[in-house]
Amino acid sequence: MTDFPLFPEQASSVAPLVDGLYLFLVAVTGAVSILIWLVIFYFAIKYRRRPDNELAQEQEPPAILEMTWTVIPLLVFIGIFIAGAWVFMRMNVVPANALEIYATGRQWMWKFQHPTGQREINELHVPVGRTVKLTVASEDVIHSLWFPSFRVKQDVLPNRYRAFWFQATKTGRFHIFCAEYCGTQHSGMIGSVVVMEPTDYQRWLAGGTEGSLASQGEKLFQKYACNTCHMDTAGARGPVLAGLYGKTRPLMDGANVLVDDNYIRESILNPQAKIAAGFQPIMPTFQGQVNEEDLIRLLSYVKSLPAPQSQQVQPVESAQSQATASGATGSQPVVIPPATSTTTNQ
Amino acid sequence: MTSTTIDDAPYIEPSTKERRNYLNDEYGVLSWLLTKDHKRIAILYLISVSIFFVVGGVIAFLMRLELLTPEGDLFTSDTYNKLFTLHGVVMIFFFLIPAIPAVIGNFILPIMLGAKDLAFPKLNLASWYIYIIGGTFGVIVIITGGVDTGWTFYTPYSTQFSNTKVFLTTMGAFITGFSSILTGLNFLVTIHRMRAPGLTWFRLPLFVWSMYATSVVIMLATPVLAITLVLLMVERVLRVGIFDPALGGDPVLYQHLFWFYSHPAVYIMILPGMAVISECVAAFTRKKVFGYKFVAFSSLAIAFLGFLVWAHHLFVAGISVYAALVFSFLTMLVAVPSAIKVFNWTATMYKASVSWNTPMLYVLGFIGLFTIGGVTGLFLGALGVDVHVHDSYFVVAHFHYIMVGGTIMAYLAGIHYWWPKITGRMYPEWWARLSALLVFVGFNLTFFPQFLVGYVGMPRRYHAYAPEFQVLNVLSTAGATVLAMGYLLPMIYLGWSLKFGRKAGANPWGAAGLEWATTSPPPKENFHETPVVTWDAYDYPAFLKAMRETQNV
Repeated sequence: MTDFPLFPEQASSVAPLVDGLYLFLVAVTGAVSILIWLVIFYFAIKYRRRPDNELAQEQEPPAILEMTWTVIPLLVFIGIFIAGAWVFMRMNVVPANALEIYATGRQWMWKFQHPTGQREINELHVPVGRTVKLTVASEDVIHSLWFPSFRVKQDVLPNRYRAFWFQATKTGRFHIFCAEYCGTQHSGMIGSVVVMEPTDYQRWLAGGTEGSLASQGEKLFQKYACNTCHMDTAGARGPVLAGLYGKTRPLMDGANVLVDDNYIRESILNPQAKIAAGFQPIMPTFQGQVNEEDLIRLLSYVKSLPAPQSQQVQPVESAQSQATASGATGSQPVVIPPATSTTTNQ
Repeated sequence: MTSTTIDDAPYIEPSTKERRNYLNDEYGVLSWLLTKDHKRIAILYLISVSIFFVVGGVIAFLMRLELLTPEGDLFTSDTYNKLFTLHGVVMIFFFLIPAIPAVIGNFILPIMLGAKDLAFPKLNLASWYIYIIGGTFGVIVIITGGVDTGWTFYTPYSTQFSNTKVFLTTMGAFITGFSSILTGLNFLVTIHRMRAPGLTWFRLPLFVWSMYATSVVIMLATPVLAITLVLLMVERVLRVGIFDPALGGDPVLYQHLFWFYSHPAVYIMILPGMAVISECVAAFTRKKVFGYKFVAFSSLAIAFLGFLVWAHHLFVAGISVYAALVFSFLTMLVAVPSAIKVFNWTATMYKASVSWNTPMLYVLGFIGLFTIGGVTGLFLGALGVDVHVHDSYFVVAHFHYIMVGGTIMAYLAGIHYWWPKITGRMYPEWWARLSALLVFVGFNLTFFPQFLVGYVGMPRRYHAYAPEFQVLNVLSTAGATVLAMGYLLPMIYLGWSLKFGRKAGANPWGAAGLEWATTSPPPKENFHETPVVTWDAYDYPAFLKAMRETQNV
């Protein structure tokens, strides 16, 4: 009861911007509201009904007054929009060289994966002063990852990655809350972010790990037999993945797609959705077999693959590849992961 | 404070003869349950929405008790989740949406138009029965174990994960929607077709303009809710993938559809409140509402712009940056017509004859609280702030300032204002003033701390919370206690006044308007002769002159 804050701690680079905007709004709207109340009270008392004042004097409203209080609020509101949009745009541009951390929400916990392979539950260790980019997805329902002291929040959706970022400016331990109602233990889906000095963070990282996220992903890449089709040579049944991330690639239907986190995620879970030009829609879905955390490992592995020296990843001629593909399916055993139902989530 | 000649305004001699009126015209339960009289249907609605208000209020109070301590110690998490869901469902679908239109609008709107009834009296009765059927679903849900999705029924939680009574609840909301649609349809046709001779569009009371705008929104938005809830039920029961990504659907699509109704629904709830406030401002200042046409058209502007801002509920839900910018901008625009209304009501009081009777106290409260609710809406519309306060108690405080500080204050203003017309009796003025004061103080104590606790970081829909939020939550619960007393008092003294209240007479407020030109309570056919309107709305001298002439004849 003694600890009784009326204002949250400012612990990130955007927090002063958000608070500045907030206090600006408090000042402007507060001043206008108080003015309105004072006028109302003044009128209510000065013009109260008295025997000599049973009927009001009619006043024709001067039109200029109406225009004044239509146009001035409009301009003020547009000003508020611009200020809000300016802060929002600042929040939406991820600074370069961010530390990329993945977060997975599930009923009712937060799981974090560091690029160096550390996993944490309901606790997130980050270095002070370094931009942290968080990529989030949910295993079940919609959650929302909120860092009140950083003034940032992002809904966590079950079908796609969303990314946001913060740069902590103060060491210490701060709240993590789930802000989107998600069932029984919604109010228990909380945790702490621990902001550390960079040296302490390095020491923390030195703790036990099963290898980097990418190397964990490499093992999965073999476990799920992805490498049988996605080989490093052109002409395989699947596209070469090395150097693919961040590039724009043509699709079978003539459209182009940017290879980003969401495209790779979709290509694993729903491979038929967007077929790369020159390839056959033969990949089975891994929905229900690869969990969110393994997806992140695979994704990290694919992202880590360097572009090969000879960058020419020429798709094979369509007709030719059709023949090869059907021939291949006929003669060679295609490794299909052991699963009975591949379309629904368990 | 003035004490003289507040209550009696001797412009019109109240008729002393005992007359037939809509209340004593027929007797027996069936004469009520099968009535086609809009006034009796309004009474049926008054009783039903009051019951739901008590249910929703008791649930709210239980939640406030739980939130006295940071630990979730009074109820289990599941029970708490059901409480806030039912509070939202009951208050929105079964109280706020029907309250002013179906009670006050039903009773007063045809009389204001000089009509004998609404255009479709049987449809009007049907709308009440549909409402009761929908409400029965709600009651069954409460009895059989409740529902825990939040009133927003967000997918995929509602379709895949919740094992509570989602189907019954959405069915209840779906059915009740048709009741709103029928009421809206009835109002639109009545306003177009059944105005008294001489009652041109720009002579209409502002109440009618605002109810017209409300009806348009009801007619256009409610079908979208109906379709959305059907899709939700189809996915939940038949497992057809629409919103659930595991079935190939898109959960954010649900949010778009839901808010395409539910944001306009905010205006379905607040526009009728504005309707009442415009009438009360005119009556208790004895003056034309300043800038009549601006106020009238601002209602239509709200109805129109209200359809263009739904995605401001989705700023952190995964819409694109550009969509967020567009919807933030449009949100700023919709605030303008509301601001115009506030300024015009205030200006009306200039050089007026301001009465301090209870309805006017509620009006003053409404303007004050609606202003706070409105400006905090700007905070939420400003993208940079919304990211932080979205889904926090700041939002809870904001919409309670609009819904409770706005709509319920207006509802109470209207109930007190038209009570003499509805019942023929005056309510006890000083008790009513006391309750208005309790409501105002209790309301602010309940909800103002929630702005603060929200910005500090307390998320909404939390059963247990971090200890540093406790002081503000204790204040909030204390306020809820005062607010509860403020709401209980009217139920007692209004009931008392039915038998013991002073006889009201036709026009106890000395107000201008067709409803004050007929007896209290009105006869079954509203007017003994169809009135001919020769005056503009709130034109006191012309109205009083016309009244004297008809009385002399």
